[in-house]
This record gives sequence, C-alpha cells and structure tokens, in this order.
Amino acid sequence: MNAPVQRGALGFLAQYDALRDRLPGDPAIRDAASTAFRSAGLPGGTSARRIEAWKYTSLRPVAETAFQTLAAPHDVSALLASAPVLDAALIVFVDGRFRADLSNPPAGFSTFADHPDFGTLARADREPMVALNTMLAEDGARLHIPAGADGGVVRLVSLATGTAAVHPRHSIHLEDGARLTVVEIAIGEGTYLHNPVTEARVGANAHLTHVRLQDEAVGAFHLATLYIDIAQSGTYDGFTLNLGARVTRAEFHALLSGTDAIAHMNGAQLLTGTQHADFTSVVRHAELRGTSRQTVRNVLAGRSRGAFQGRIEVARAAQKTDGFQMNQALLLSPDAEIDSKPELEIFADDVKCSHGATVGELDAEQLFYLRSRGIPDSEARALLVRAFLQEGLDAVTSDPIRAILEDSVQRWWDRQAMPMDTDATASRSGAAA
Amino acid sequence: MLEIRGLAASINDKPILRGIDLTVPAGEVHAIMGPNGSGKSTLGYVLSGRDDYVVTGGSATFNGVDLLGLEPEERAAAGVFLAFQAPIELPGVNNANFLRTALNAIRRSRGESELDAVQFLKLARAETKRLAMPDDMLRRNVNVGFSGGEKKRNEVLQMAILRPKLAILDETDSGLDIDALKIVADGVNALRGPEFSALVITHHQRLLDHLVPNRVHVLAGGRIVRSGGPELARDLEKSGYAGLIPEAA
Repeated sequence: MNAPVQRGALGFLAQYDALRDRLPGDPAIRDAASTAFRSAGLPGGTSARRIEAWKYTSLRPVAETAFQTLAAPHDVSALLASAPVLDAALIVFVDGRFRADLSNPPAGFSTFADHPDFGTLARADREPMVALNTMLAEDGARLHIPAGADGGVVRLVSLATGTAAVHPRHSIHLEDGARLTVVEIAIGEGTYLHNPVTEARVGANAHLTHVRLQDEAVGAFHLATLYIDIAQSGTYDGFTLNLGARVTRAEFHALLSGTDAIAHMNGAQLLTGTQHADFTSVVRHAELRGTSRQTVRNVLAGRSRGAFQGRIEVARAAQKTDGFQMNQALLLSPDAEIDSKPELEIFADDVKCSHGATVGELDAEQLFYLRSRGIPDSEARALLVRAFLQEGLDAVTSDPIRAILEDSVQRWWDRQAMPMDTDATASRSGAAA
Repeated sequence: MLEIRGLAASINDKPILRGIDLTVPAGEVHAIMGPNGSGKSTLGYVLSGRDDYVVTGGSATFNGVDLLGLEPEERAAAGVFLAFQAPIELPGVNNANFLRTALNAIRRSRGESELDAVQFLKLARAETKRLAMPDDMLRRNVNVGFSGGEKKRNEVLQMAILRPKLAILDETDSGLDIDALKIVADGVNALRGPEFSALVITHHQRLLDHLVPNRVHVLAGGRIVRSGGPELARDLEKSGYAGLIPEAA
C-alpha cells in the first residue's frame, strides 16, 4: 500500500486519477477542482503560475517531497497521549481518517466520508490548496449545532504518523443562537502534508470559539485554509498558535455577512531553525457595524521566517465598520525575518479601520529593569520574549484552553533550551503602509 | 560601606557627573538633594549599571567590591537596589512571577536555596499587607495599569522582598500622598540596621521627616557642593539652592 507516487502537482493529479472513482461525493466538483489545480499548480513549485497571494511562501519543498498515498498503520496511542488534554468531547483523526475507536464525539458530529458535502464557502477555483483539498478530500469532521443549543467544548485532534499527504474537509455549522468551542490540535511524526480546509458558518447571535494549536512534526507541512461566514450579531472568536512544521500557512477568509457581526482572528507563532510560517487573511465586511480584530505576534529565532498578509475589505453597505489588523514581531536572531503586508480596501465612507506592523528587539529599559533586580541577562531576555508571546495568548479568555497553549509554548522552549542571541537585531523587514 | 571617589560619567558624550566624592557608611541613610538636571538620577543609574551611561573617571566600591566592573545583575546580587523614579511596565509579566524570579536569582547568587511558589507567596503576601497594597497587585502584570502611587509602592515591595544592602531611592516620594509617603518611609525604616545603607534622592523635605537621614548632600552641576546633617534639608526647604551653586552649572 505504500507505493510512492510522483512528486509535486503531477503526483497529486496522478493520485486523483487513480482514486477518482473511489472518492466520496460529487465527482463534478472534484473534476472542476482538479482542472483548477492542474492550471494553478503548487505555489512556488516549478511549473506553477506566480500568485501574489503566495508572494512570501513557496511550496517548493512540498513539491519536492514524495508523499505516499496511504500511511502504514501505526500504533498512535503514545502520540495521542502526548496531545494536550481538555475536559471535552474528543474527535480523533489519524492520517486524515476519523477513528471512532479513539474518539468520544459530541452530538451533532458526523464525518465527511459519510456526508461528502463540499459546502458553499470554499473556492477551489481561486485557491490552489483548496483545489488540491477538494480534489483529494476523503474524510473530515462535521459539527452541526442546532439553533439555540450549546455544543460545549470539542477537542479535535489530528494525528499524523508517516509520509502521507492528507486533505481533511471539516465543516462547523452553528445555527442561530448556538454556541460551540472547538480546540483543534495538530500533532504528528514524520514528513507529511496536512492540508485541511475548514468551513465555519456562524448563525445569527451564535458564538464559535475556535482555538487552533499547530504543533506538527518539524519535517511536516501544515497548510490550512479556513472559510468563515458570520451572520447578524454572530461571533467568530479564533486564535491560532503555530509552533511546529517546516512550512505553515494559516489562511483565513472571513465574511461578515450580517450586521453587527464580530470576527477575531488572533494568533501567535514561535519559530526557529529554518521554519517558515505564514498568516494570511482576507476579512470582508459586507454589512453594517461589523467588528474585526486580528493581532498576530511572531517570535522568530534562528533562520526562521514569518509572513503576514492581512487584507480588510469594506463593502459600500458596511458603514460603521470597525476593523483592526496588527502584526508584531520579535526577531531573536540577525538571520530571522518577518514580512508584513497589510492592505485595506474600503468602499464605505464612515468606517474605522487601522492596521500596522512592528518589528522589534527587546526593550532596553525593560531589560535593564529586570537585570537591576538581579535577573541574569539571558534569563531576563527569555522572560521578555515569553511576556511578548503571553500578551498574545491572553486573547484566549478560557483559562483551561489558554493553559494548553501556555503548556505547549513551555514545551517548545524546553525542546529548544535555546540560548538567546545577545545581539538580536532586526535583519530585514518588509512593511507596507 | 559605599565609597565613591571622583566619579565622572556622561551620556551621549555629554558630561553629567563631574567628580563625585561620597561615602555612605554601613547602617547610614544619606539624602541627595539638588536642582533638576544636577545629576541625581544619573548617580543612581551609574551605580546600578545602566549601560547608556559611560563612566569616564573615578571609582565606586561597595563593601570593597568594585561596582563599576559588574553587570547590573551582579550589582543586585552584591546588594544594590535602585528604586526607579519612573518604574518600568512589563506587559505579559506577572508581578509575583517577576518578584520570585528576581528573588531566586539573588538567592542563587548567594548560594541560598530557591523558594518554591508556595513559600514565595507566603512571603510576598505578608509584605504586600505590610505595605497596605491590594492583594491583586501580585497577580497583575508588573506596573501595567498601576497608578503612580502604586508603581512607587511596588518598588518598595520589591525592595522589601529582595532585602538589599544598599538601596538607592530615586524620588520614590514624588507623586505620593501623605499616607503613601509614610508607608514608603516605614518600608525603608524597616530595613534599617547595621548592614543596610541607603541613598535617598529627593526634592522635598517631607520624606525626610519620616525617613530621617544621617547626612544630607547637595548635588549641583555634577558635583557634591555641600554636605551636612538633617538640618541642611530643612534649610534648603526655606532658602533653596541658589546660594549653593555659585558657578551655576
């Protein structure tokens, strides 16, 4: 079962040709996606078109990796045990497939394999990785919370064990007035591709809290695309923490389709070595009085590279929009790099939108204050770096969920046991006004 | 004992201290007064090791140790503590965690065992209570959202917990109401003893009513221009500095 396939876009297309008749769902949707993917290729791959949206992130390493069609079955109990624990319902996917034997799913759960509905928000015609997902998706989590119901807290754990490429298709649907908290945890071992597409529909007055912890294996690729639609007075409260993977992209397409909708898409990333992680978001305010907030904090060591592309679009009808985007980076090494590209596109005249980017070193006065209290330089630096990150994590208001993120950050530091570069200087930054 | 001889320092090539001579024997509290811009805060920063000040001459030793050759954290371990005139805010750093990290760093440097969270909290709660500080002060981020008076009291809390041998208080009285002033003075008085010295930088006599100094020095133009007993502070309150700075630095 472990036959290597061709590499790159052609490899995925060959895989599609081989699997096509066995894949669930409407083949016409998959065929259209494969046409789109054939035309776009893997961004940054040899035969791909240049795409502005992928300016800072190249998937050439993905194109050069030979993935296998099916992972060998592994004992995942140790890996699962290493996932942060929460008093919550549990949904476990292993190498992209739902594992009922490891799960304790909540009411309203089903799988994409059983209900292969591609949804209405994702755009395979526009996004190459969404096209790839649509072409090859086999399974995924579907959560449906009926009107007025409280779905509680759900832990969605994705484990990866080998060299497979998996394309989960998740959907979260909150009807009017419903509430749900989803804590997504992605961990694994090996050189694999995790390419999930998630569609979240938040009904009127509904509230979705969506916390994502990406702590994949260091050799892995994590390319997640999320589509979010928020109806009147609904709230999407999202936070993403990127710690692992060789190449990461977290791409958000949020549509505030009802009046008074609220979208929070905060995040933090802590990178070292040659890790590369990219936050890309497009927030579209379509109706009156929407509020969007996005602050992403980057701590970049070694030769790591962070990228942030934020775009706020305000439609003519979306008066009284309140939008804010901020990307902040601490560079701990002269070889680390951050690129920021915030954009505003505003067609309404009575709006409050702002964005910005900061790139900094540690504050000399704060450092002196700590040292004057007896805290050695390296310890003081570590404390300030962690404080910078902690300020980001404080956006997560649930204590037990924030504790999961804090513990994961702690383990990240323990893994590095990283000596701080005492001459941390900003190397290069791209910041557009 | 703090011994300063001919200490000269500048910032951005601008001389601020122009030859300070000052001795503070163990067990004594000395006040430093003087007009704005005379170098009072610079003296505190230079003694505690802020690196944007360049020492251009002279020496400063504490109990025989050359302070000027030490890193700021080594000076703290040697017993030096600077209460900042404008305490620094540390967003994302919990006050209790900050204090415990500092205390344990100093204890380590002295070869003492570190305190665990429970031991530390017991100590910290007792001190916050003594300083009439609200309980949540330990849980909040360091100085973030603190009023001016709370920030000053937080400096005194740090001093009470770290128990320095040489405290330099840089206008710790400014911005305090009379009750807070007394609490701050009591905090310092509680540390007084044969092993403890303090340099109290102030503009006003009123702190010195509660924290009575052994000596008072007037700093002007980067030099000590006058020294005397506690009565000097009272004289200055009446007559000002005008008569003391003939060459008007």
